[in-house]
Amino acid sequence: MKKFLALILGMTMMMSALSGCGQKAAAAAVSTDGSTSMEEVINILGEAFVENNKDVKFTYNPTGSGSGITAVKEGRCDIGLSSRALSEEEKSDGLKGTVLAYDGIAVIVNPENPVTDLTVEQIAKIYTGEITNWKDVGGDDKEIVLIGREAGSGTRDGFESITETKNSCKYRQELTSTGDVITTVSQNPNAVGYASLSAVKDNVKVLMVNGVAPSEDTVKDGSYKVQRPFVLVTMEGKELSKTAQEFFDYITSSKVNDLISSAGVVSAN
Amino acid sequence: MQRKHNLLENTIHGIFLLMGLVTVGFVLIITIYLVISGIPAISQIGFFKFMFGKTWASTHTTNPQFGILPFVLSSVYGTAGAIALGVPIGFFASVYLSKLASPKLKALITSAVDLLAGIPSVVYGLVGMLVLVPGIRIILNVPDGASLLAAILVLTVMILPSIIKVSITALDAVPSEYEDASLALGATPVETYFRVSVPAAKSGIAASIVLGIGRAIGEATAVMMVSGNAPNMPSLQQSVRFLTTAVASEMSYAGEGLQRQALFSIALVLFLFIMLINAALNFFIKKNKEG
Repeated sequence: MKKFLALILGMTMMMSALSGCGQKAAAAAVSTDGSTSMEEVINILGEAFVENNKDVKFTYNPTGSGSGITAVKEGRCDIGLSSRALSEEEKSDGLKGTVLAYDGIAVIVNPENPVTDLTVEQIAKIYTGEITNWKDVGGDDKEIVLIGREAGSGTRDGFESITETKNSCKYRQELTSTGDVITTVSQNPNAVGYASLSAVKDNVKVLMVNGVAPSEDTVKDGSYKVQRPFVLVTMEGKELSKTAQEFFDYITSSKVNDLISSAGVVSAN
Repeated sequence: MQRKHNLLENTIHGIFLLMGLVTVGFVLIITIYLVISGIPAISQIGFFKFMFGKTWASTHTTNPQFGILPFVLSSVYGTAGAIALGVPIGFFASVYLSKLASPKLKALITSAVDLLAGIPSVVYGLVGMLVLVPGIRIILNVPDGASLLAAILVLTVMILPSIIKVSITALDAVPSEYEDASLALGATPVETYFRVSVPAAKSGIAASIVLGIGRAIGEATAVMMVSGNAPNMPSLQQSVRFLTTAVASEMSYAGEGLQRQALFSIALVLFLFIMLINAALNFFIKKNKEG
C-alpha cells in the first residue's frame, strides 16, 4: 500500500516537473496589468496579436489603473494600463505614458427621466450639490441621486477632472464597478451616473453634453467633452522584452484601428 | 518490531504537529503583516485623528483626510441593528424548533436554515440590490434606497442561521430531567421552556449572538452592494460605508502611498474588533462547558 502511494506521489511529481518544462518552452510572453475599463480593448488586441504570433503567451490582469502603474514600477508586468493620464509624481518616478485610445465617458440617467441634454457646467453643478433637483435642469420635480465610482477609479478620476469637480463631488453612492453604476441607474428614476461609453447598455439613457451625443466621431474630433485617454505605461529608459516591444509597436500602429474601435473606443494613432 | 512501530507513530505524530503549526503560522503571519503594514499610516495621520476623524477623503488632491469614525460607527450601528432584529427572530425560532416543533417540521425548517447559511454573500447582495434597495426607495418614498437600513436588513437575514443553529444545539443539550421536574411541579410547557430550558442554555445562546455579531461585522460583499458606500456619518436612510467595505472598495485602485497604507490600518482596526469578538465567544463557550 505504501509503495503504491509512493509510486503515485513520484509520478505526480514527475508530471508536474514535465509540465513545468512545457511552459518554459513558450517563454515569449507579454504581461499587461491595470485598468478594468481597458479590459475589452486590451483583450481584443491581445487575441489578435497571439493569432499572428502563435507561441506568444498574452496575459491581462484586471486590477485597476493604480495597481497597474505600481506593477510596472515594480517590474511585475511588461505594460501597465491606465485609464487616466499619468500624474506629475508618477512621471517623475520614471514612468512613461503612451496614449493608445480615447474613451468617451457617458453621462447616464434612467430611461424614465425626461432630461436629454446637459452642459458640462450643469453636470459640474449637479455633482457638486449646487443643483439638487431635476426641475432645475428641465426635468421632473425630484431630488437628484448622484451615483459615482470609488476613490481611485480611473473613470471617476477622468470624469471629475474633465468636469473640474475634483474633491467636491457629493456622491450619494460610490460603487465599485461600471456594471454596478449602470444597474443602479437603471433601477432608480432619480439617479444620474457616469460610465465608459463602450460599457453602456440599453437599460439606461445616455445624455447629450453641450448638445453633442457621445459617439466615436464626436469623441475623436473632440466635440464631445467628457472623454479621457487610455494610456500604456512603461518605464522610461528601460527596454521592453523583444516580444513586449513587438506587441507595443503592434497595438500603437494604425493597423489595429478597426480592432480598437470594435471595443467602443477611439484609436489615438 | 516494536521500534519500527514507534518510529511510524512518531512520524505520524510529527506530521500532525506540523499541520497544526501551519495553521498557527498562518494566523501569526497575517497578524504580523497587518500590524506592520497598519501601523505606519496610523502614526503618520495620528491615532486620534485617524480613529475619531469624521471625514474620509482619501483622494483629495490638496488636503486628503483619513478619519475612520464614520466607518467604525456604521459598522457598529449596522451590526447592532442586525442583532436587534435578528436575535428575537432567531431566539424564538430556535426555542420553537428545539422544544415545540414536530420532528418532521423541525427537519424541514432546519434544512431551510442550513440552506440559508450556504447561500454566498454575493447572492444576498444581489437580491438586496435588485429587490430591497428599490423597495425601500418606493415604500419610504426617499430619493434612494441604498442605505444603512438596507444593510441592516440584509445582515439580519445573514446572521439568522448562525444564531438559530447554535441556539438549537444549546437548547437540545438541556437535560430532559430539568424539564420533566419543572413539568411535574405543575409548570406549563411554555413556562418550562422559558423559565428552565432557556436559562440553562443561556451561555450557548449568548455564544450564538456573539457569532452573529462576528458574521455581521466581517461581512463585506453583501453590504457593499446595498449600502451605497458614501463615507457619511451613519444615519438610517443615508448611504454609509462599513469598515469592511472601506477596505474592499478602495483597495483595487489605491496606488502606493498613504491611501493604501490607511486601508491596511482600517483592516487592522477591523482585525482588533474581530479579536475582541472572538475573545467574547471563547468566554461564553468556556462558561457553557463549566456551567
